[in-house]
Amino acid sequence: MANPRTLFDKIWESHVVSVQDDGSSLLYIDKHIIHEVTTPQAFEGLRNAGRKVRQPEKTLAVIDHNIATTRGGVVEEDSRLQIETLRENVAAFGVQLFEVDDPRNGIVHVIGPEQGFTNPGNTLVCGDSHTATHGALGALAFGIGTSEVEHVLATQTLIQAPAQNMRVTVTGELPFGCSAKDIVLTIIGTTGIGGGTGHVIEFAGPAIRALSMEGRMTISNMAIEAGARAGLIAPDEKTFEYLKGRPMAPKGEAWDTALAYWKTLPSDEGAKYNKEVTIDISGMDPKVTWGTTPQDVVPITGIVPDPKDAETQGERESMERALKYMGLVPGTKMEDIEVDVVFIGSCTNGRIEDIRQVAKVVQGRKVADSVQAMVVPGSGLVKQQAESEGLDKVLLEAGFEWREPGCSMCLAMNVDKMEPGQRSASTSNRNFEGRQGRDSRTHLVSPAMAAAAAVAGHLKDAREFLQD
Amino acid sequence: MEQFRKLTGVAAPMDMINIDTDKIIPKLHLRTIKRTGLGKFLFEEMRYETDGSEKPDFILNKEPYRNAKIIIGGDNFGCGSSREHAPWALLDFGVRCVISTSFADIFYNNCFKNGILPIRVSKDELDALMADASDSENPELTIDLEEMLIRRPNGAAISFDLEEFRRACLLDGLDDIGITMTKNASIDTFEEKQKRDQPWLYTAAAE
Repeated sequence: MANPRTLFDKIWESHVVSVQDDGSSLLYIDKHIIHEVTTPQAFEGLRNAGRKVRQPEKTLAVIDHNIATTRGGVVEEDSRLQIETLRENVAAFGVQLFEVDDPRNGIVHVIGPEQGFTNPGNTLVCGDSHTATHGALGALAFGIGTSEVEHVLATQTLIQAPAQNMRVTVTGELPFGCSAKDIVLTIIGTTGIGGGTGHVIEFAGPAIRALSMEGRMTISNMAIEAGARAGLIAPDEKTFEYLKGRPMAPKGEAWDTALAYWKTLPSDEGAKYNKEVTIDISGMDPKVTWGTTPQDVVPITGIVPDPKDAETQGERESMERALKYMGLVPGTKMEDIEVDVVFIGSCTNGRIEDIRQVAKVVQGRKVADSVQAMVVPGSGLVKQQAESEGLDKVLLEAGFEWREPGCSMCLAMNVDKMEPGQRSASTSNRNFEGRQGRDSRTHLVSPAMAAAAAVAGHLKDAREFLQD
Repeated sequence: MEQFRKLTGVAAPMDMINIDTDKIIPKLHLRTIKRTGLGKFLFEEMRYETDGSEKPDFILNKEPYRNAKIIIGGDNFGCGSSREHAPWALLDFGVRCVISTSFADIFYNNCFKNGILPIRVSKDELDALMADASDSENPELTIDLEEMLIRRPNGAAISFDLEEFRRACLLDGLDDIGITMTKNASIDTFEEKQKRDQPWLYTAAAE
């Protein structure tokens, strides 16, 4: 038998058009998703050079980053221009677009899998770092810059240096009250935010296999927060079950042929990884971040750490800066930290399973008076599904705002943003300085934990609300 | 793209790890449809108070660093969002070179597309360069891409590595899309083969 290969090796090797002298490859890109923010300059570049889109049908456009999440809500002038520019560009270059009022529209990384656009074994790119999400279906998916968007539009390829293989094996059973978000925060807390740089992380092991597709997307989504180029999860029966019948997935005979191919994709036994990490989640507590990078993770039962315990001077300075920014004192119990805003949504946690979790926690409870709490579904279809299950009513009765789909307060490019000094519990993916609004303070948590914080008015162990 | 051969200029020390792209250019400025004009917003939240006045302690608000062409940054520079607005803002400010012990992958790629040279050095080398840059009397470095050398104010030199293709593109200011398009025949061949092997890729998405 030939050398055992990883899932990444198989996808990579089957997409190499040519190899250059310096070892970098011209890699064929099967699927491309674009949105309004990172494409105007790419289309302008095509126009200036008199170039066309090589394969318009391999690109799908959505509008998500700066749309209003209230019906008829404010779209600021420069956002409106950006959206208008995307409309003009897709019309001129023949690319399919999901319009704002189309129920299929939503956050780019929610709709790719939802529409069956993302398939196992694909190479898929988007001008957005959370493209890693699609790796949950066994697609090699990574974020690119605008010049690379232009390169893909013009040539359907990218010039890429090969990545290294990294495997994160997660063992143990998911403890009560925890979810995929707690697993991935634990992973990033272990690897650090640069731990995956130059690597593609394959998430493996029984705890990953046991997750739903939505949970796997939450995991792969945050591969970039460990610095990885992409996340990958081997496709299995759950993947195939999830994809079957979706609008853009293969149908009939094509489905059978595709399925036979997809089943050959998982890593071979004995395949080599350049880096291996194993994490046991047995006994894990729900997680929360205290600082300004996603690696700043502690259990909800824990306390704000002390910079004195840092291993290097650089880390200590970084922790001191983070604590100052976050307005926190070492030793404070995480549960004692009050929040002003609760944001539930984003490409990390804006799917139906996430909203069900939130509804379960807040059913029959009320959002604390001091808290503004919103749920922003990841797509129009997620919203419809939630409404058909009556979840919107549970949320509205509890005092949540029930919004229209979009990226919203995850990156605060639209009017959904926090005021300086405000503190949030958010189900999004980044707690960087200024991420949710200038001088805003973000604690990353799971949907259940965000819901618990909304009710309690402070960071709160969600398990106490899930027991009855 | 502007050529990059030899660059002499002020190097600004930013002794901070994990300088993410949200810090380099906050999201509000992502609502532009142009590549230019972002320099004034570079590091906005670290550089200006909310009323728009300068924060006097921030390095790029001090002389001679207002004219920095090189940034010496801590580990994992450019992590986070894929926004190419980060290198656009650096370039528009006048920065053509960033030196660190490591870079986030997407930011690293984005730099080369804009004529910016990111250089990876060892921890010891970074410490030395950080010290050089911190001497406001003489913080000038020369980056020689032809020789692959960083020339320090004390006359010493540090060598660095770079893949040949990236180096060639920078040296000649080449448009890599144009280069790839000369390989259209290979791409055609790839597509024909893929169409036979994975025909669903050529029908499903169009439905």
